[in-house]
Amino acid sequence: MTLIYPIASNSVHPARLSPAYRSAIKRAPTKPLIPMRHTLSELTGPVYGHETVRAHDNDLTIQAKGEPLGERIIVHGHVLDEDGRGVPNTLVELWQANACGRYIHVVDQHPAPLDPNFTGAGRTQSDAKGYYKFITIKPGAYPWGNHHNAWRPAHIHFSVFGHSFVSRLVTQMYFPGDPLFPFDPIFNSVTDAKARARMISSFDLDNTKPEWALCYRFDIVLRGRNATPMETK
Amino acid sequence: MPNPRPDGITPSQTVGPYFKYGLTPNGEYEWNDAFTNNLLTGDVSGERIRVEGKVYDGDGAVIPDCMLEIWQADAQGRFSDPQDARALPNSSFKGFGRCGTDKNGAYAFDTIKPGVVPDADGKPQAPHIGLAVFARGMLLHLYTRIYFEDEAGNAADSTLALVPADRRPTLIARRKAGTGNAYTFDVHLQGNNETVFFDV
Repeated sequence: MTLIYPIASNSVHPARLSPAYRSAIKRAPTKPLIPMRHTLSELTGPVYGHETVRAHDNDLTIQAKGEPLGERIIVHGHVLDEDGRGVPNTLVELWQANACGRYIHVVDQHPAPLDPNFTGAGRTQSDAKGYYKFITIKPGAYPWGNHHNAWRPAHIHFSVFGHSFVSRLVTQMYFPGDPLFPFDPIFNSVTDAKARARMISSFDLDNTKPEWALCYRFDIVLRGRNATPMETK
Repeated sequence: MPNPRPDGITPSQTVGPYFKYGLTPNGEYEWNDAFTNNLLTGDVSGERIRVEGKVYDGDGAVIPDCMLEIWQADAQGRFSDPQDARALPNSSFKGFGRCGTDKNGAYAFDTIKPGVVPDADGKPQAPHIGLAVFARGMLLHLYTRIYFEDEAGNAADSTLALVPADRRPTLIARRKAGTGNAYTFDVHLQGNNETVFFDV
């Protein structure tokens, strides 16, 4: 099976210069990007990295001596290509703030407590069907200096690879119904409402574990589709 | 049961300012690195090189919270990916590296000079390394290529030929005087020396 990566699929991404996001102003190219044909250099990609995944790297609640504070959650879903096929054995990395909205990163000085039992880093690989699962703590919202009274909606950062270097994706997973959505320039840098909705996880009652943890489903769709149209099943 | 065909891909969002402890801990945080900036393996063949430089914003200020990823062929021009189906020797070289910039905006990769890879028409491309650039302020990463100043193949490279001649130098790593095997490749996200980025 040969995958192709139509450039049109990129149209859902944010414009690199989204002026409401102040940090973008000096970090976005001003000259047009140059279109090029994909070669093997773009059509291949790393198919490893997952050998570094240790047994419990996908459970962020058992990395320390004690249990982290906050609301325990399950986050799971599939890494898919544009045809809806699972992307097998691909590395999925995540990082996030703790329940109070504080990152362990030394630069984060938000006056909310750090949790000695929570780093906020996790890693797993998708299975043969593209399925992945994490257990973590629901992150808190936090303020940032972009504009007056700016708060990021609660989110989890995801980093995924897929089948080629051009399917590489770094994104953020949001939670359904967040009241901060209308005010966040990063979330709204995606201008198409249906595309924005693909960044929002859905509450998954069927996989919520009774007496233990709520569950959210987040499917990640990467570039790449079959060179020839799929047969009708 | 097949999954329904998605409406489209998941949009990109910025890597933000706080990725280091998850993606590039490099001994500063208690987390192991999935990838490092050293691609060399004990048995790797080819010319060992270092590619280093700094990343700059539109004010010419260095960017200390940037992540760079490279992807390249081995010295025979083969990618460590089964999708590269050419019958070439299979080396243990993996070809992928990741590096966060330091407080001076600097990065470095220890790797080998890649070999020749065919272009979309099957013609040889000049040796090059694919480079993806991620940072706070970048809602979607950028893609470019690192070429080498001492490669005769640059003149006939079909991708370099797409770039206006006056901007081509932004894609060429320069031999660093007195170092033997080091090349310098700076990245300018904006400004007079703005690096050429490709729409892939």
